[in-house]
Amino acid sequence: MKFTKRNLWLLIGLALLILAPIGQGRYIVYTLTSWLVFSIAAMGLNLTLGYAGQISLAQSAFMAVGAYITALLTLNGIHWIVAMPIAVLSSFVLGLLIGFPALRVKGHFLAFVTLAFTTLVFLVLRNEDWLTGGPYGLSGMPRPDFGLFNTGKNINFYYFTVFIFVIFSLLMYQIVRSPWGRAFKGLRENEIRAESLGVNTRRITLLAFAIGSAAGGLAGSLMTPLVQFIEPGSFALLHSLRILLMVIVGGAGFFFGPVVGAGVVIMLPEVLRFTEGYYLMIYAVTVVVLIIFCPKGLVGLGEIISRKILKKKEVRKDFEQGAKL
Amino acid sequence: MEQLIQVVLSGLATGSIYALAAIGFTLIWQAAQTVNFAQGEFVMLPAFFVLIGINFLGMPLWLAMLFGLALSVLILGVAFKRILVDPLLSHGGLSLIIATMAVAILMKELVKEFYSAEAQPYPALVPQGAWDLSGVIISLQDISHLIICFVVIVGLTLFLDKTKVGRCMQAAAQNAAVAEILGVNVKRMILYTFVVNAVLATLASFLITPVYLAKFSSGEYLGLIAFIAAIVGGFNQVRGALAGGLLIGVLDNITATYITAEYRQAIPLLLLIAVILFKPEGILGKPEGRAV
Amino acid sequence: MFKQIAGASALMLAMASPVHAVDIAIVAELSGGGAPAGTQYRDGIMLAIEEINASGGILGEKIKVTQHDTQTDPQISKGLVTKAIDDGAYVIMGTVYSSSTIVNMFEAMNAGVPQIVGAEAPNITQKGNPYVFRTAYGAHRGVPSLTGYFRDNLKAKKVAVTWVNNEFGKGGHDVFVAEMKKAGINVIADIPSEAGAADFAADVSRLKSAGADAVFVYLHEEESARFLKEAKKQGLKTPLVGEVTLTGQKVIDLAGDAANGAVAHVGLTAQANVKSIQDFGKKFSAKYGHQTDHNGIKGYIGMWAVKYVTEMNGAFDQKKFADKMHGLCLDVNKHPNMLLTTCWDKDGELARESFMVEVQNGKQVVTTTVAAAK
Repeated sequence: MKFTKRNLWLLIGLALLILAPIGQGRYIVYTLTSWLVFSIAAMGLNLTLGYAGQISLAQSAFMAVGAYITALLTLNGIHWIVAMPIAVLSSFVLGLLIGFPALRVKGHFLAFVTLAFTTLVFLVLRNEDWLTGGPYGLSGMPRPDFGLFNTGKNINFYYFTVFIFVIFSLLMYQIVRSPWGRAFKGLRENEIRAESLGVNTRRITLLAFAIGSAAGGLAGSLMTPLVQFIEPGSFALLHSLRILLMVIVGGAGFFFGPVVGAGVVIMLPEVLRFTEGYYLMIYAVTVVVLIIFCPKGLVGLGEIISRKILKKKEVRKDFEQGAKL
Repeated sequence: MEQLIQVVLSGLATGSIYALAAIGFTLIWQAAQTVNFAQGEFVMLPAFFVLIGINFLGMPLWLAMLFGLALSVLILGVAFKRILVDPLLSHGGLSLIIATMAVAILMKELVKEFYSAEAQPYPALVPQGAWDLSGVIISLQDISHLIICFVVIVGLTLFLDKTKVGRCMQAAAQNAAVAEILGVNVKRMILYTFVVNAVLATLASFLITPVYLAKFSSGEYLGLIAFIAAIVGGFNQVRGALAGGLLIGVLDNITATYITAEYRQAIPLLLLIAVILFKPEGILGKPEGRAV
Repeated sequence: MFKQIAGASALMLAMASPVHAVDIAIVAELSGGGAPAGTQYRDGIMLAIEEINASGGILGEKIKVTQHDTQTDPQISKGLVTKAIDDGAYVIMGTVYSSSTIVNMFEAMNAGVPQIVGAEAPNITQKGNPYVFRTAYGAHRGVPSLTGYFRDNLKAKKVAVTWVNNEFGKGGHDVFVAEMKKAGINVIADIPSEAGAADFAADVSRLKSAGADAVFVYLHEEESARFLKEAKKQGLKTPLVGEVTLTGQKVIDLAGDAANGAVAHVGLTAQANVKSIQDFGKKFSAKYGHQTDHNGIKGYIGMWAVKYVTEMNGAFDQKKFADKMHGLCLDVNKHPNMLLTTCWDKDGELARESFMVEVQNGKQVVTTTVAAAK
């Protein structure tokens, strides 16, 4: 890793992640952890939305798949480290199965199919109570114990999540930066040109969607030991919309955009608490205003502002590249 | 047998209202290449305009309904088009889809905070009353829903096919550039489309709210089902939306009566997936006319 | 990302406030699907707090209240309960939805903070949590009170059940089916429906053709109203029997004359012919401009119970509070704001007299009073 200004920023970010929960109460630690979990889900969706330009409304359903598989396995004494890859792989395969027919036709059909899929998953989880506990859900899932490091305590589980988040981000970075990942970008910018250059757009979009779905599965796999209780309602369509908004608000197509977006969506009710019942309205209006005046989201907005203020400084150019990736 | 006739009849009556909302989907899809995720809320809101008219402005029902219709045309038609669609149209369908999701949240929250979080009773347009034909109950309400919806849909089809404005609207939707060259005021035609959608949503609202009750969240399911009806029937045809609405209404009731209540909601969704797989243009849609 | 963390840290600093002796945290469904129930619960609590503060507070200390909105999301509710604990809440009021309560109550239990909930699912008090207390008894106590009515009054041999397919409805449904089995009554039709369902044509049609002697209706208020309207439309003649959600004032307002004839067993009703409850209903309407339902009453008595129990102990001690409430009976003659004499057992389960009501001419009429479960 070259020592560039960008890497310095990333190191500062990592240091802040490590320092953030120190001396804080359980609520802050819980909120920070769920922020990272949703960031993973949103970064996965960003691959579908931001890079491949397709709307998926199934991210919460993939979280459900990951969460329930992890829960059922760990409740039966299988270690999380074994359960998690199974959960992620299942989400990936399901993503392929759903994406294949939906991406056969042009247009926003993926949005329709994933919308149906999310509701179907909810119905199965709610109705098949012999397996999923039905509307009561599943509870008492253990947090992983790695001998020397037991994640039972909230703060330990937070650091465990940070670790997974960092590994995940590095993997995503590799995917996005690979020649294959650059094809995504070409795809988003000009589909016809990408196709004429020999890029199989359908296969690439399908893979982007399936990898994004696998990320949803990973987030679900972390959700299970975090909340230690899962029920179908936590993965309903509404939550897919929430994750979608995280990506949009943060900035679709920017590597860390969804992380900012997840933070805003999770923290906003807290920040706007003084407005009592009105925060959802403020939130909705903000989204509309953002889409109209700054379709690139908050990271895009930050970029524009920083470019205006620090027009001539090399540092910002560098940062801009880092954010865009 | 009586039971079958009964549930099919009920399904047709409900399905005709789904159809009204579904037509709006198809119109907006054609005019702006976007999916209005707030369509269900477009049906929820006019009922509250009427309730405001009755309960706060002391209007009689007929006046409150006119008041509701006027507000809907203004807000859901003109303002929606001017404030949201115009600036976003150039960004592509994706931004607009997300913006309509935000609008849906906004409408629900406004009703919840400034009217009530609880369901409200709503005056019926049609008097109660039913005929009992050897076990099959035929209610005045069901029959009039069916008739009103058919009249409206026939009227709308005639308007689109036979009048100059209607044909210009279709031309603008199918190929805006060519229509512009031929002297059609495309912007105005798109505006008309949104106004027609607002009127249809208002009508659906007046018909269904006495049954569903006026509640901020009542558009959620309705929007989803109308949307499925539109895709199943065919996104580029008014009669496609009608067929889709009726089909889903009947299928839903038959499933719940004879097959499964637990998975009742799954049937329209499976139908949706099947249609996208095997006939993406919809049952009555025309493949070549598709704008996507 | 950096900005986010900086923002979060600033937030944390702002939130660090000194621990108050009487910090009460309301954690309730103020938005989302549970908003009608959650806001009623909150309003009931706020009315009680206003009265308590006006009469000198608890042990001379004024109550400082914070409201937290769970958005009817169990995971958010869990976060907010830990937040209330971090902020030093003496007692947590809520949540009302069982699906949230079952998630967040272990946070309060682990921290040793008493929690007064509005949830009615049986499992809440069956997990050995010594810090959870109900404000209305669980479905496993309410539904069995109806068995006698089906067996003796209606002389039913075969019954049907229609229920909302979520954790609330399933709780009631399971208890009902088990009770009928014990009483030797056949359940011949079992019809679930979705929460928020609007179209009951198929459900009613199935009930019509089932030929049951009576139907047990276990739906939320709004669904009950839609169901009753459809039942009237299709001319369903079978007696309809339910719990509080079948005959509440809200249902009658929504269903109109379609509600007439419905019979229910209700734990709390603003229409009970008990003066204390009727007076409360008047106070509530005067303050908020709308009527209270059982959730408003639940919040109100829950808050007053906090005052009574704390003052019995003479100190703000959470452990002592929980210990005191187990096996406690608050007699309405000594503790008028309980509205009815109320007892809690060793699990935090509640016992209180209840009512059989019937809707007659658009009014809920109490037909008999059912003694509290022992």
